[in-house]
Amino acid sequence: MKIEVLRDITSANDAIAAQNRQILDKHNILTLNIMSSPGAGKTSLILQTIDRLKDELRLAVIEGDVASKIDADKIDKEGIPVVQINTGAACSLEAQMITPALNKLPLENIDLLFVENVGNLICPAEFALGEHKKVVISSIPEGDDKPTKYPLMFTEADAVIINKLDLLAHLEFDVTSFRKAIEGLNPKVKIFEVSCKTGAGIDAWCSWISTEARNERPPQKG
Amino acid sequence: MHEFAITQSILNIVLDEAKAAQASKIYRINLVIGELSGVVSDSVQFYFDFLKKDNAAEGATIDFKQVPAELRCRDCSTSFNPKDSLWACPACQSSSVEVVSGRHCYVESIEVE
Repeated sequence: MKIEVLRDITSANDAIAAQNRQILDKHNILTLNIMSSPGAGKTSLILQTIDRLKDELRLAVIEGDVASKIDADKIDKEGIPVVQINTGAACSLEAQMITPALNKLPLENIDLLFVENVGNLICPAEFALGEHKKVVISSIPEGDDKPTKYPLMFTEADAVIINKLDLLAHLEFDVTSFRKAIEGLNPKVKIFEVSCKTGAGIDAWCSWISTEARNERPPQKG
Repeated sequence: MHEFAITQSILNIVLDEAKAAQASKIYRINLVIGELSGVVSDSVQFYFDFLKKDNAAEGATIDFKQVPAELRCRDCSTSFNPKDSLWACPACQSSSVEVVSGRHCYVESIEVE
């Protein structure tokens, strides 16, 4: 006997992501899923953002890493609530890892939550976590070919950060063609050119977040 | 690689469906894999052989139906299957393209007794 199933393999993850989203919406917490290769500057961007926005918004961070709590310790030093998730062998955060982390955060007192994903340009694109926006960081030393090599990640992004702009003078990186490639894949994407080292461009990025945090968020589909 | 978790998810889906149909044995799983789903069939097969022991899927085989990626050029509307994973339009070379299909991976059906 043949039984029609038609169930997506990510359906279990998506259902949990939708529950996470409900919790976040109930507490009116704008949540950003931060993705990039290892070393592109996810933690640095979060630290810079904390520095600029901590008086305006109440922030919290969920850190995802294969191992260690190095990043969580950096956030903790800033006096910001942080939960570290160690994924072990897993190459990406999944929705079911976020739920217990949310339970450990003071949700009543948070306006903006960063979820720093595992450094990887492939797998994190596959798993919704319940976030409102996906942010992809690409840094100058990685080269300007990343949208061509990893198109899916850039297709999914709401915002793309080009980080380490201070290194532009020393490396071959064509910002115009990089921007063109991303806008080709994803015409609605917001692109920010920043340097977490010098602070250049961080204001524009923070102003985008402030606006998004203030805007009413549409209820999730489905 | 997240194929272990994906294979676990496939197994959960088929065991759930078999139970709902009061079937004791699954002998075939028809799985559709989009080229852009990120799922690697060889890895799924590898983990499935390990995970299917001692349950209703023990004797099951997986039929993998590969769905190619289909993209559409935003500039000239040409639909195409990307060659060598390059996402440029073959007609006008534009890199402004959108995904039409090939994104999903799902269990299409199971065959049980």
